[in-house]
Amino acid sequence: MSPVALRQAVGPAHSRVLAIGTARGEHVVTNDDVAGPIDSSDEWIRQRTGIITRRRAGADVDVVDLSETAARDALARAGLQGGDIDTVIVSTVTYFHQTPAAAAVLAERIGATPAAAFDVSAACAGYAYAIAQADALVRAGTARHVLVVGAEKMSDFIDPTDRSISFLLGDGAGAAIVGPSDTPGIGPTVWGSDGAKAQAIRQTHAWSALRDDPTLGWPTLRQDGQSVFKWASFQMAPVAAKAMAEAGVSPGDVAAFVPHQANMRIIDQMVKQLQLPPTVAIGRDIADTGNTSAASIPLATRRLLDEGQVSSGDLALQIGFGAGLVYAAQVIVLP
Amino acid sequence: MAHTEQEVLAGLAEIVAEETGLPTDAVALEKSFTDDLDIDSLSMMTIVTHAEDKFGVRIPDEEVKNLTTVGDAVTYITNAQG
Repeated sequence: MSPVALRQAVGPAHSRVLAIGTARGEHVVTNDDVAGPIDSSDEWIRQRTGIITRRRAGADVDVVDLSETAARDALARAGLQGGDIDTVIVSTVTYFHQTPAAAAVLAERIGATPAAAFDVSAACAGYAYAIAQADALVRAGTARHVLVVGAEKMSDFIDPTDRSISFLLGDGAGAAIVGPSDTPGIGPTVWGSDGAKAQAIRQTHAWSALRDDPTLGWPTLRQDGQSVFKWASFQMAPVAAKAMAEAGVSPGDVAAFVPHQANMRIIDQMVKQLQLPPTVAIGRDIADTGNTSAASIPLATRRLLDEGQVSSGDLALQIGFGAGLVYAAQVIVLP
Repeated sequence: MAHTEQEVLAGLAEIVAEETGLPTDAVALEKSFTDDLDIDSLSMMTIVTHAEDKFGVRIPDEEVKNLTTVGDAVTYITNAQG
């Protein structure tokens, strides 16, 4: 007896980002607001990071709240309802629950039930990681409309006296809806990790350590700033270049470069390393939003679109990189 | 082929000049990167990366804090050459 021929899902040939929505923390926090406890100044912070203000959410707002605002914005822009979404992916490292996933809670809030829902933990690369997932799910026929959200409330994990990373951080969410397309809309993802550098960006101590010794206090984030700067500036530019090569485009073809908004100095160095022509618009949302980890790429992309620096249909090169260390880059057609 | 200390100094001076806009002759052995040349920690990492490429050496991140003066860097790079 011959076995039954198994049917496998078959999807559309192409996918694309249909819309991008955003949410920013409601409070504007200036450099003067954060400079005191780190014995710093507005001038020093601007010179080292390019940050002028960062946006932070109120105490009663969490990652799912920020995600919901961004998701509803994206749905409205795409002309879709929650019920049209059949997969929800939230990338976050600042959700307070080990389980259930923020994605399942978000799916219910926006009326996407019974969408498949799961979280991704890839820190500042998480949005680009999730876009890679969404692209694959749509083209494989596993999903039709995937809601991807990068959402972080970084201000819950900061130490005001920390000079390494806390003063950079902001809160926000960016949501993208990925769906089928008649033409190619998401280039091949170039991604990877380097766990040998797991301590370069880290949580001060594990939850288990806090359980065993409550005097340790609330865990917060730290980074080896110089090492991260060197890695991001000089090792991530070739990753971004490879994403362009694999997509079959050259620097002159892209309208925008949207790197993770880690530090303006990193952005400037990457632009230099990539030898991007001056016609390429550069995502520089960090200046007044701060570093919002997984949210930073969609926030910066939305801003370029809103400011008219790029248009729907243009190509954008995006790259996320961060704690892990992990990274992911792809070229997308802007919605 | 290994570079002499003089060649390393000249090459390093070019890298520092490119990063900071200082004239190459300001980059002397006794100069402190931070106090004399006003190079911050991030610019220092850019200089280190370019020096690694130019001289074919590896300067571990944890070594960079020990390179206080231009002379420290020249000695390190000269000794690190294979």
